Amino acid sequence: MSREIPEHLLKTKRGEPVTMLEAISEALFEEMIRDESVFLMGEDIGIYGGAFKVTRDFLEHFGENRVIDTPIAEGGFTGAAAGAAHMGLRPVVEIQFMDFISPAYDVITNYIATSNYRGAGPQPLVIRGPVGGGNRGGPFHSQNVEMAFFHTPGLKIVYPSTARDAKGLLKASIRDDNPVIFEEHKGLYRAPALREVLPDDDYIVPLGEARTVQEGSDLTIVTYGAMVHKSVEAAQILESEDGVSVEIIDLRTLLPLDENSIIESVKKTNKLLVVHEDTRTGGIAGEIAIRVSEKAFEWLDGPILRVTAIDSPVPYSGSLEDYFLPQTDDVVKAARYLAAY
Amino acid sequence: MADRTGAADPLCRTYAVSDSTYGLSRAELQDVYRALCVTRAAEERLELLQKQGHVSGGVYRCLGQEAGAVGAAFALRRRTDGTGDMLCHTIRGAGALFLFGGELIDYFRQYMAKGTSPTRGREANVHWFDFDKGFVGPVSPLGTMIEIMAGMTLSFRLRGEDRIGMVFYGDGASSTGAWHEGLNFAAVQRCPMILMVENNQWAFSTPTHKNTRVSSFTEKGPGYGIGAESVDGTDVLAVFDAVRRAATRVRAGEGTRMVELRYFRRKGHAQHDPQDYVDPDLIRAWEKKDPLDLYRARMLENGWASEEELVAIERETFDECREAAEAAITEPYPDGPDAVTDVYTDQTTPHPWTRADRPDPTLA
Repeated sequence: MSREIPEHLLKTKRGEPVTMLEAISEALFEEMIRDESVFLMGEDIGIYGGAFKVTRDFLEHFGENRVIDTPIAEGGFTGAAAGAAHMGLRPVVEIQFMDFISPAYDVITNYIATSNYRGAGPQPLVIRGPVGGGNRGGPFHSQNVEMAFFHTPGLKIVYPSTARDAKGLLKASIRDDNPVIFEEHKGLYRAPALREVLPDDDYIVPLGEARTVQEGSDLTIVTYGAMVHKSVEAAQILESEDGVSVEIIDLRTLLPLDENSIIESVKKTNKLLVVHEDTRTGGIAGEIAIRVSEKAFEWLDGPILRVTAIDSPVPYSGSLEDYFLPQTDDVVKAARYLAAY
Repeated sequence: MADRTGAADPLCRTYAVSDSTYGLSRAELQDVYRALCVTRAAEERLELLQKQGHVSGGVYRCLGQEAGAVGAAFALRRRTDGTGDMLCHTIRGAGALFLFGGELIDYFRQYMAKGTSPTRGREANVHWFDFDKGFVGPVSPLGTMIEIMAGMTLSFRLRGEDRIGMVFYGDGASSTGAWHEGLNFAAVQRCPMILMVENNQWAFSTPTHKNTRVSSFTEKGPGYGIGAESVDGTDVLAVFDAVRRAATRVRAGEGTRMVELRYFRRKGHAQHDPQDYVDPDLIRAWEKKDPLDLYRARMLENGWASEEELVAIERETFDECREAAEAAITEPYPDGPDAVTDVYTDQTTPHPWTRADRPDPTLA
């Protein structure tokens, strides 16, 4: 083991901008330094440093007791993480692509999510990994998995859209005593536009708090993940071409849902568009719409609309995937319809 | 298994022992009998409680299997301060739970779904926990518990703690993906863990030969690179000896091992199961191998206890169960609104707005 901190993990210390991926690496590294009970498990995270290199050089620094290369068995190592969490450790498991979380669905929903309720104690663990499309990954390297777990009480679900949030939210997730599913959009991992200089302190971003990306007066877009950036693009077009002022809420945490931020914004703009990259039926837009109906029906001046991916597996070919995914132009069209309503 | 009666099971090896007491003192030998008697008396009491309408869910008996859990748990280090060995029992292993300090009254509270039960009525029967005493209740998909115990024992190894873990499961769970993934993980990580497979010849109504092609679950061990051994699950001291040997090796750092308990489930899957798919002759054959009868005769034969001492143990355990059950009966059920507490450690779950005194959807 080497006690030297690898150069590429010192960018924030040096005041240099980092990508979202680098921010995630820094969060993991700093948490492992801060708390010896934090350890990592996953496929190819040690010697190889992870399929996306999130844990590059971690094995060398922390040794194989804290950076554990596992068999290809998401259920097995996620279940083992739960056992270790019972014994006071704070495991962070990496699912190489979140599409492969399905073998762990049983242990996550039946065991981990129910543990505190059953009296078996808290489950302080994080299950993190890359999600999302646009990378020509095809059906098994592109999915968003949030809604497979959204319906399970006991879990928290986090989905950052910026480097700053990714680092602060991951640290908060690791310190949380509840199990957290942490989704990282792989299209944002190394996006040059997302590079930013992060605060050089031990900041966290609390779970369950949405962020107002920009204020506006004509309509609200509630979104998260990669769609935050497409929504910002759309808002710029709407502002310059239509003079429509859009407020954008980045949920950041999906479970628990920051209902107050949504309701407050709807009360201000009176119109709501939900944008998510996940597929349409059973997407989070449905839950948001019913909550607004329950709590802010009187304030609505138009139907609640949504822009989402199509109800289909994720296709491989670029032309198919681009059609499948929600695009900036879809957001613009939906917002124009709503603004004129 | 060619001979399902267990009359002459060639897969159960007999080890020569120089000391027929296996190094146990007279008091310890009597403690073993006490644990067997508590198991049976508690389950017989449960049947009564169920007939009286006090039990919410099913009653699952381990008749004929008592020695497996008792012998195995007796071979572990039982402490109450969170430094001992760790055990995950099953519904057929209440004896292990009691040996690890599970209280009889909690057992009855759990079955009766009382608000005073360790899980405050959220969970059933033996599904409860005390990490200081060293037991972790299972969830119903039992294969999962292999994964959980793999992680618990991984933590022992990572921290250099002198502790081992044991997980019980049945021939049914041996078919699950979780079982495979958990065992493979444990074997690779050399987790200090003993798998105890309760081969009682049935997974609900499904006989073992419809769950697996192997004739003994120990045949699965080499596929994972771990040692495995079968033992006559009706012989409490043979189980104790086999598990003690396995525990010694696991404690020495040899990694995961497996012990197969071979016996027979003489009752249905639960009391609601009439067991009409079982040949009655088989049940009669296994009645002759009743683990309590066998051990009682052995104690008398060897002078480990007098008839009076045995009767006293039987009477005491019967009384303890009756008293604990009677006390539990008088205790309250949980309040309905407690159903939505503790879902998270740090946030409350809203109650339905329709339950409010003045229903208002904006409260939802």
